[in-house]
Formats: sequence, structure tokens, C-alpha cells
Amino acid sequence: MSQSPDTGGRRDLAALIIAAFLAVVAGVMLWDSARLADLGGYSGVGPATIPRVVAICLLGLAGWTAVAALRGDFPERPAQNPAPVLWIVAGLALQMLLLHFAGFSVATGILFACTARAFGKTNLAMTLPIGIVVSFLVWVVFSQLLMLHLPAGPLEHLIFAKG
Amino acid sequence: MSAFDFLMQGLVTAADPMMLLYALIGVTLGTAVGVLPGIGPALTVALLLPVTYRLDAAGSLIMFAGIYYGGMYGGSTTSILLNTPGESASIITALEGNKMARKGRGGPALATAAIGSFVAGLIATLLLAFLAPTIVKVALVFGPREYFALMMLAFVTVSAAFGDSALRGLTSLFLGLALACVGIDQLTGQARLSFGQPELLDGIEVTTMAVAMFAIGEALAIAGARNQHDDSVLAVKGSVWMNRQDWARSWKPWLRGTLIGFPIGAMPAGGAEIGTFLSYAAEKKLTKHPEEFGNGAIEGVAGPEAANNASAAGTLVPLLTLGLPTSATAAIMLAGFQQFGLQPGPLLFATNPTLVWGLIASLLIANAMLLVLNLPLIGLWVKLLRVPKPWLYAGILLFATLGTIGANPSTFELGMLLGFGVLGYVMRLYGYPIAPIVVGLILGPMAEQQLRRALSISQGDWTYLASSPIAATLLALAALALIVPLILRARGKGEVLAQLAGDED
Repeated sequence: MSQSPDTGGRRDLAALIIAAFLAVVAGVMLWDSARLADLGGYSGVGPATIPRVVAICLLGLAGWTAVAALRGDFPERPAQNPAPVLWIVAGLALQMLLLHFAGFSVATGILFACTARAFGKTNLAMTLPIGIVVSFLVWVVFSQLLMLHLPAGPLEHLIFAKG
Repeated sequence: MSAFDFLMQGLVTAADPMMLLYALIGVTLGTAVGVLPGIGPALTVALLLPVTYRLDAAGSLIMFAGIYYGGMYGGSTTSILLNTPGESASIITALEGNKMARKGRGGPALATAAIGSFVAGLIATLLLAFLAPTIVKVALVFGPREYFALMMLAFVTVSAAFGDSALRGLTSLFLGLALACVGIDQLTGQARLSFGQPELLDGIEVTTMAVAMFAIGEALAIAGARNQHDDSVLAVKGSVWMNRQDWARSWKPWLRGTLIGFPIGAMPAGGAEIGTFLSYAAEKKLTKHPEEFGNGAIEGVAGPEAANNASAAGTLVPLLTLGLPTSATAAIMLAGFQQFGLQPGPLLFATNPTLVWGLIASLLIANAMLLVLNLPLIGLWVKLLRVPKPWLYAGILLFATLGTIGANPSTFELGMLLGFGVLGYVMRLYGYPIAPIVVGLILGPMAEQQLRRALSISQGDWTYLASSPIAATLLALAALALIVPLILRARGKGEVLAQLAGDED
């Protein structure tokens, strides 16, 4: 990361959001630790102590981040293309939702095609079948030979009757 | 028995055909991931953790160590031929190595990198074998307070001492520590931060988090980058062998690189990169051909490559003797040990010497395998660089999710994978280092346990934590490692530290 020679005084909205996020995490930890029964015992340090310490440090870091954001101390971000990132996120989300319904091969094939799409292979009619075939081969090797439990769907049941 | 006898016994264990096979798989995979830009040994070991649940413990650990060593070898190939470091410890190699390749001297550059890695790996592994018993003897007197102090030192050096910003390093670390609090408290059995979700009671799975951070975060970052790198692979022209002058100019940098890299790896300072920077600086100062530096000086390849392999072995010293990971790969390897119910540390040398010494001895064998894999078979690895990106990353994500699904085929786990992947992407985008969050998640629970044990012993007296000379020294070092860089940065001398950024492997 190269420190950009910034003129300073630039308010950095994204960094302020990060600061807010850190503060929210800290708040959740403090709220959660408040309902723990503090069985400190001899040590005086119970289950709630460490989460509280971490939360207070996170609050401090949130403040520090906010100051850095207001002073424009954060390095310049490289420009991003949002579309490929969203394709991969969509692929992962679809795989997650379809896994138990469609089985490993189809769900992972969709992820495969979406990732290839993000890196420039735009022809889904070609990449989707390739993805499903590759995922199916991986499913066969890992679930049948290495005994890993991978969810089976209609496709897997069709070929391996018992799954 | 002396270390030598143990090592000989270890060689007998490691020479078992099955163990040799595990080592071979490890070094081959390691070289492959080292060659491929964007995936490193930390990610590979994380991906393999779920797959190796049912395999032999010793074999799996030998394989993981082989991946670590192999990654250090393979990274140099990419640096030299593609000018894109295959992993972070090879950034320096790209400086001189790629210039050599452009001048048609790619062969000797690859050769000095491979032979230098071999020499360094050999010496450093022997150093590991002979140092380990001594450190184990010292570590046996360590109590909870010493371990707590040691972990504080590791936290500080991994997050705040190096890199371009203490703020971002510490933020990453504390996010890791916050995630480490999730799950059932080890001492009282109360559920913390689990919000009634049964999946969270066991805590956040280290492998899910590591795979998400390294594989998915990295894939998202590369997909989103607007200015795509020019990926032209330089062909290896001419002989891969070095001439007499190359040898004469290489052997001293190899030895110096080893001596620099090994202690740096062994210190809790977060990774192999730092040793390579120091070795490069040393070679630049000592060379008789200063005019060649920047235009392809062979010393600038030989020294740093030896240093990064030596530091890989150095990293294993605190990991095996103290159970303390000093780099992201070591942290994931620690999770690998724990998966098999083993806790690295002084006791492991006593309770399971066959495994520990078999592992150390197998590193010697793996090192020899790597020399063969990386010199005569170099053409094979170059082909790997020509795999088109869409297929490469589609494959990486396939295997990344496979590991998580194999360990726990639940929608919730995949949701965490996606969530941490996006977090990893945002962290990369804003310049947050990844290693501290992983180390925080892995070491956090151990540090908490040691702290609470120490305070139980002292009945709540916090001064007890610094009441032994060793613990006090370690805590003082940790404080120095936190404060000195802050002062340096405030005085505008942060560039040096930024260059020493410890990133992934």
C-alpha cells in the first residue's frame, strides 16, 4: 500500500463507516457480556472480562479510525470494478441457497460459472455445463473415494442410486 | 539421547513409503501453489485441513510442512518469469530475478534460487533439529504467565510492529480477538456472543475463516482490480545451469541469506518477507558488482531466496517447541495439529517424539525432493502459469467451498464463508493486513486461557503476570515493539516499516 501524497483535510466517508462498524461490534460485545454471570472466582477474571477488554480496545480503535478518516490519513484506494465482485458474491450466495436443494454439483457448477464470468468468460451456456461436470467429478472423488460428506441432489442420485 | 540420535530415528520414520508419499504430495502441491499467483501455502493448508480429517496425523503434518517449504521454492519461479510474486516472500526475488530473465539469464536465476533454497533449507532444518531440544528444556519451566507474555509479544509483532499502519494492524488483530470470544467459554461453560445460534457455540471455525480470508477475499480483490496486470510469461532461454562465475557469486549470498532468514523466521515477527528484505540490503552493500543491482544481479536472487526458505524452517522452531505461530501459515498449521488432538509445545517432544522427529526429518527429505522438482522439471511449472485466470479462480473457489462443505455442509457455515470473504475483500481494499485477524482468532482463546490460569494462581493479583524475569522481559519487548514503531512513524520514518510489511505467508 502506498501512502498517497494527499493534500489533507479530505473527509473519508468509507473510513468513517469502518469506524462506525468497529463501534457497533464493540457495542454488541459489551451488550452480550452484560448478560453473562461473572463467575470470576479466585482470579477475578470471568467469562465477561476478556470480551469487555476487547470491546473497549475496539472502541478506542474506532475513535482512532474516525480521527484518521477526518484527517484524510487513509491511503488512496485502487479503483474497483464492482461487476466482477458482485458476480462472485452472487455465485457464492446461489451456491449457499441451492446446495441442499440442487445438490453439490449443480450448486457448485453455478458458482464455477459465475466466477469464470467475473474473470471474463462471459458465455454462461458454455461455462455452466463445464462447471457442473467438473463439480460432479470432484463430488465423485471426494464423496465416494475420500468419504467426505457432500450433499447429494437429483443429479448425484440419478447416477449413484443410493447417493 | 542426543538430538542426533532423535534425528536418525526420525529419518527411519520419515523413510516409510507412506510418509514419503505424503511428503511428495506436499512438496508438489506446495510448489504448485507457490507458482500460482494469488494462492499461497496458508490457504492451501487451510483448504486441506477438512480433507485430511480422516488421514494419518503424522502424514498430514508432513504434507503440510512440505507445502510450506514447497511454497517458498515455487514462489521464486513466478517472480523470475512473470514479475508477479507467487507469494509475498518472493517480492524481492522479482526485483533482480525478472531482470535476469529479460536478459536471457532466466535459467541461472532459477537455478540459483532453487539451489540456494536447498542449501538454506538443509542448514536451517539441521539448526531446527539441534536447537529444538534446548528450547524445549527452557520452555518446560514456562508457566501460564510466561506463555501469556509470549502471546502478547506475538500479537504486537504480528499486528503493530511492521506494516504501514499500527492502526490498521491493531484493528485487524482486535477483530480477530473479538471473533475468538464467540462460543462457549472454556472455563465456565457460558455461551458468549452466540446469539442463540447453535452453530456458533463451538466458536468460529478457523479453517472457514482462513479459507474465506485468503481464497475468497483474494479472488474478489483480483476480480475487482481495474488495472489488470500484464501477464506475459518469459520463456526460459538457454541452459538452466549456472556457470563457474555464477557459482562463485552465489554461494556466499546463500549462506548469508540462511543466517539472516533463520532467526527472523524464528522470532515472532510475522513472516518470511522481512528476512528477504534484509538479505537483499546486505547483498547490495557487500557486492563487488554494484552496477548490476537493479539490472539483474545474481546475488540479489541467491540471498533473498535462501533467506525465505531459512525463515520457513525458522518459523517451525517456535511452532514446534512453544506452540507459538509466527506467520499465517504457521497459524494454520497449528490448527492442523489441533485437529488431530495434538498441542505443539515442549510436552509434544516428550509425549510423541516419533511424530515430532519424523516431521523434522521428513523436512530434510522434502527439501531434496524439491530440488529435483524445481530444477529438471521447471518446464512443467512454467506451463502451470499459462492456465487462464477464469478457470484458475473458478477452480480455486470450487475447492475453497468444497473444504467448508466437507467439514460442515450447512447453509450457515457457507454464509459465514461468504461474510468473511467479503470482509477479507474490504480489508484488502482499505489496506488492512490479513495475518493479524487470523492469528488473533487462533491465539486469542489460548492467551485468554493462560491469562485466567495465571490470575487464578495469583488469586487475582495482576502484578504476578510480570513477576518472573522471563515474563517481564517478554512483556517489556512487547511494549517496545508497540511503542517504538509508533514513534518512528510519527517522526516520518514509517517507510522502512511499511516495506517490512508482513502480509500473508
